[in-house]
Amino acid sequence: MSKPLDFDAAEQLAMATGDVEPEQLDHDAPVSLPPPGPRYEAVPRAASPAIPEPEGELLEVSVGPHHPSTHGVFRMNVVLDGEKIVQLKPVFGYLHRNHEKLGEQTTYLGNMPYTDRLDYFCSLSNNWAYALAVEKLAGLKVPERAEYIRVITAELTRLVNHSSLVGFLLHDMGTMGTPLMYAFREREKILDAFEALTGARMMCNYHRFGGCRVDLPPGWLDQVRTIVDNFPRFIDEMERLLSENEVLIARTHGVGVLPPELAVNAGVTGPSLRASGINYDLRKVDRYGIYDRFQFRVPLGEKGDVYDRYMMRILEMRESVKILQQALRDIPEGPVIDPKVRLRNFTPPVGEAYGRIEAPKGELGFYLISDGSKKPYRYRIRPPSFINLTVLEDMCRGHTLADAVIILGAVDIVLGEVDR
Amino acid sequence: MDPGLQNELSKRGIFTTTWQELLRFGYNWGRKNSLWPLNFGLACCAIEMIAASMARFDIARFGAEVFRPSPRQADLMIVAGTVTKKMAPLVVRLYNQMPEPKYVIAMGACAISGGPFKQGYNVLKGIDRFLPVDVHIPGCPPRPEALLHGLITLQKLIEAQEIHGPNKPRHLQETAPNEYPIPRYGRFDLDPPKNPEVWPGRPLPRGENK
Amino acid sequence: MSACASSPTSGGGASGSLPSLEALRDRLLEAVPGAQIQIQPNPAVPEQSSLVVDPAHAVAVARYLRDAEDLRLDYCSNVTGVDWLDAFTEETVTRTRVVEGREVTVEETIRHRRPGYLEVVYHLYSMSLRHGPVILRQRTRNRVDDTRVASLTPVWRSAEFQEREVYDLFGVQFEGHPDLRRILMWDEFADHPMRKDYVEPDDYEYEPTPNAEILPKARRHYPLEGTA
Repeated sequence: MSKPLDFDAAEQLAMATGDVEPEQLDHDAPVSLPPPGPRYEAVPRAASPAIPEPEGELLEVSVGPHHPSTHGVFRMNVVLDGEKIVQLKPVFGYLHRNHEKLGEQTTYLGNMPYTDRLDYFCSLSNNWAYALAVEKLAGLKVPERAEYIRVITAELTRLVNHSSLVGFLLHDMGTMGTPLMYAFREREKILDAFEALTGARMMCNYHRFGGCRVDLPPGWLDQVRTIVDNFPRFIDEMERLLSENEVLIARTHGVGVLPPELAVNAGVTGPSLRASGINYDLRKVDRYGIYDRFQFRVPLGEKGDVYDRYMMRILEMRESVKILQQALRDIPEGPVIDPKVRLRNFTPPVGEAYGRIEAPKGELGFYLISDGSKKPYRYRIRPPSFINLTVLEDMCRGHTLADAVIILGAVDIVLGEVDR
Repeated sequence: MDPGLQNELSKRGIFTTTWQELLRFGYNWGRKNSLWPLNFGLACCAIEMIAASMARFDIARFGAEVFRPSPRQADLMIVAGTVTKKMAPLVVRLYNQMPEPKYVIAMGACAISGGPFKQGYNVLKGIDRFLPVDVHIPGCPPRPEALLHGLITLQKLIEAQEIHGPNKPRHLQETAPNEYPIPRYGRFDLDPPKNPEVWPGRPLPRGENK
Repeated sequence: MSACASSPTSGGGASGSLPSLEALRDRLLEAVPGAQIQIQPNPAVPEQSSLVVDPAHAVAVARYLRDAEDLRLDYCSNVTGVDWLDAFTEETVTRTRVVEGREVTVEETIRHRRPGYLEVVYHLYSMSLRHGPVILRQRTRNRVDDTRVASLTPVWRSAEFQEREVYDLFGVQFEGHPDLRRILMWDEFADHPMRKDYVEPDDYEYEPTPNAEILPKARRHYPLEGTA
């Protein structure tokens, strides 16, 4: 195997704080960004922002909901001045599947399969977020081995999501197939592991309140070890192909810049936020599960453009591999679910809870209100990609329509989660 | 030709056919091996559709890898995912824009019946209510192999089609519709909620026809 | 920098460096004169108890929470609507009454009606100081004709789409929202489907499922005898 790409810029990008040693970038370090005074204040958007005097005639284009580059059934109403975007209004709801209404008509356990279908690339992360919220509500503890399994499955999911995202992003830029095919080749390997564990490729429905559904099948850890050990080769391959690619750099440098103040105020989370230089990763901030046991770094960007967002994904995959290697090394024996938890007719106490995790796309939260019955009184999903789209217009204004497609691609949306 | 004679001749290695039969075979053979699907994903199933077109499952083996973004160039619509009421008029419009002959595969439980979301207020309980579906693929989501199986089933359907006579397929009948009315957004539901020509009534529930 | 150097976080998202909710309420009452703020306890997760703010002062309270030097709740994570129907509580009281000239002790049941309202819940965190959550709630006067609350989109842009969603699905009118339109349902839609009393379109298909709530629906459609 050849040496990984000699690309120090990536490392510099990762350590935006310059000479800070990796391990010093820990969770207790405060964010260096906010200066004193009223900070992170964004100008509220007017109902119809004033359109500057056009050079020519304004053209209104409706992109989507059937458009190959909108990642599903997303629609943007764009006003163009020549090729420049002067206004962009996203239109949602074409995949509004009533998750929240159905969630209030279904028992707590019955909602678990529905969470698979939210962000259908990352079903296991969704499971975890929901299980975490319910465990917070009911005060449940998770056995040690189950915590490790959760970390392993969630980080594998992150690998699936980020590699597919890079493939789709490059697909949007016009590379017909190659990165996407490479990404899906790796995705199939991980999906085979998921299938061996849970019985399903995509809709895993594996986590339970107080643990996981079943223990690992024999040989599963070795299968995952093989995948994880070979994964850096794939990342190197992608990087050799893409990171210094002239076309990619020309298309992404300086495109769709998201200033950090706006990013925080608009609630952007996940890799898009960290590409703007804000060190906020819930794995470090909340330290949910057992993430405080692992050594890993939080990559940060400098400019907040599409290239940084692309690079965030690559670097986060490398960090995920590190977490996976540590988790696979340390996983103990033991039960995977608390035997005292009664999953059927599960009835948490009266109250409410908001639980959140760092899903691959950002902060995925579940807000549950229990009235003491078997069904949640209110079941709310805080979808990261929906809220990350708040700033889509701000990022796209002034760029061409072709740039809007890749800006949207780098936000990383999945319509199942955006519209729910 | 007498079928007995034809059978006898074929045993001796002489194959006979008629001009019409040859024409039918060639016409159907060409169509079934170059189905161009519409590049059109709705939800989760679309990801498995993409997976089917990737290297591992390789839908190109069956001549259906040319995903066309424009309905004008496609002749197979794979309804891959949940059709919501907000999306249903656009799906029908896309179908209307496709040239004949055209086929519909309903992929996944949601496209067939609403699937796990069938109790939702914004979920259409199956695309059959507005479009004629040729092949249904169950599953949530169906594996890529299941999509390939559905595609082969459709190819067999096409292969068996007549091009003359009363059993002609829809696209060769002059009076048969090739477009279907597009529902409008109503105040509480789609208007109309289903197309009675395509969806004549409820299916017989179990136990009724005793 | 020095202000936030001493900001340890505790696990599980609990509020580490935040003042207690009572102290926070007192500070807010001092900073925003005239505001009415109550604490709503949360029996299941006590550290996620919330502050109920009156809509007239909600924006001022929100600005204070965002800008105060030691709070800096600069990140509004989640905006939720909740529909609370009219609630009835029954109370048994013993009273003495004069019946036919004699005094009798009678037990009476009094039904108290708490009128329903819509509620909007905001989960606030601080990205710069890494604490949270502080939970804000606003309530409408009733569920029917006065469903106004103050929009907090001018304070946190992340509320923009989420408040539109609450408007769409619950029918809460956000005053001061820059672009209050339906977001998930189509524009012609005339109902608010996430309300508890919403009646969905009657297009349900028969399915012999043991779900006790679905069976009556199915029976209504197919009034058959002898089916389960």
